[in-house]
Amino acid sequence: MSIRGKAYIAGIYEHPTRLAKDISLAQLHAQSAKGALEDAGLSLKDVDGYFCAGDAPGLGPMSMVEYMGIRPRHVDSTDTGGSSYVLHVGHAAEAIAAGKCKVALITLAGRPRAEGMATGTVPRSRGGTPTPDEPFEFPYGPTVVNMYANCAMRHMYEFGTTSEQLAWIKVAASHHAQYNPHALLKDVVTVEEVVNSPMISDPLHRLDCCVITDGGGAIVVVAPEIAAKLKRPKVKLLGASEFIKTQMGGKVDLTYSGARFTGAAAFAEAGVKPADIKYASIYDSFTITVLMQLEDLGFCEKGKGGAFVSDGNLIAGQGKLPFNTDGGGLCNNHPANRGGLTKVLEAVRQLRGEAHPKVQVQNCNLAIAHGTGGSLGLRHGSATVILERE
Amino acid sequence: MPQETQGTRERKLPPPAIAPETQAYWDAAAKGKLLVRKCTACGEAHHYPRTICPFCFSDKTEWIESKGTGTLYSYSVMRRAPVPYAIGYVTLAEGPRMLTNIVDCDLDTLKCEQPVKLVFKPTDGGPPLPMFTPA
Repeated sequence: MSIRGKAYIAGIYEHPTRLAKDISLAQLHAQSAKGALEDAGLSLKDVDGYFCAGDAPGLGPMSMVEYMGIRPRHVDSTDTGGSSYVLHVGHAAEAIAAGKCKVALITLAGRPRAEGMATGTVPRSRGGTPTPDEPFEFPYGPTVVNMYANCAMRHMYEFGTTSEQLAWIKVAASHHAQYNPHALLKDVVTVEEVVNSPMISDPLHRLDCCVITDGGGAIVVVAPEIAAKLKRPKVKLLGASEFIKTQMGGKVDLTYSGARFTGAAAFAEAGVKPADIKYASIYDSFTITVLMQLEDLGFCEKGKGGAFVSDGNLIAGQGKLPFNTDGGGLCNNHPANRGGLTKVLEAVRQLRGEAHPKVQVQNCNLAIAHGTGGSLGLRHGSATVILERE
Repeated sequence: MPQETQGTRERKLPPPAIAPETQAYWDAAAKGKLLVRKCTACGEAHHYPRTICPFCFSDKTEWIESKGTGTLYSYSVMRRAPVPYAIGYVTLAEGPRMLTNIVDCDLDTLKCEQPVKLVFKPTDGGPPLPMFTPA
């Protein structure tokens, strides 16, 4: 069974806050859910499926189901880090196709800024029963940034990728963020500014890193018969895929991500190819994340990502592949340190023709959203969706 | 203040959270030996160590002692830390790549694929950690 054409994204909402000192975590989830349901033209009583990940308070979906007053007949709290919500879109379509629900709500929220969390630079033990990998990793000091940096270092060694090429990714994101009133960083930056920003963990500079923000968002995925009754532009799911890439028992290969597998599978299900894509939402925890995923999804040859992203090729109105036109995680928003949901949101805006006029892609009828969660250099979950405007 | 990357100041290392399955690995580390787990069914060595082979799922696995030599697959020097440190993967002579630290050297001179050799560094109350230094 394929999910091709079996589900539509009917509602989206991105919480406008970037610092939520006076808003609780549950409140952020619920405000986002309310926004997405209103966007769709649906109400709480229509929701019969609920999806969330590890950012939700409590055990799996239970606390938020109670808080919001949902009566779900299908729930899924699969957690693959920041890619979870891209994966949830695929899982929601599967559930809808199987008749297990008709209106699936996906929420994300977090307050890392308000809580003063040292997000990227401090090694974190998860606590509780140690994972089997923990004694062989945690004492060495892996952090978010230094393990993505390991991927960048190897990419530079094998393919000659440069810091200037990586910088173009931030430059493109900043060009888009200047038009987003909610973006945390609205200033356009140059390649020189990126490579001259302080080194955090070689070879990644401060401006190679995403922002840390509070906030949230929500997505409503519905069955075709529900979508047919709604007034919003119709965004149809064509393909979805997920994968977990690991250290493979010690056969570590940092040169590619799980996108190699999710991209191929999602494109095959959708019946389209990378050259058909008009707009790409690509997970951007760091510049290297974008570069590797673009290669792995098939937008350019492996090892040629540096040349592909250079000279403004990712800037809307200038380049061949406009990406993250909301400013992405690099400039706009990375709520809960999980950027997958916002990737889907901007893809839907582009397909609806509701992106900012300065970054709206003309005749945008086909888009991809891709997420990476966990650590690119340790183990990560990848998820891809391909969406079409009907 | 200049960035300190000579590795002269010592980092305080947390002890590993030891599970019964890999107690022998840490007992060997306390004696200055690095163990690698190898499957006698498929012949593949792996890391981190498991009793069941992650390649063929056989439970016929055993410990072998590493020669303690390898090459640096990749690394990064973490500048945002009280004492900057290099974290990376070393490709062991036995095959598997392991996450580790590169120590006792000028961290600004590290290069991918350079030869490295085993050293041990003490942890705060636990067994020492296998690390590597340029060979």
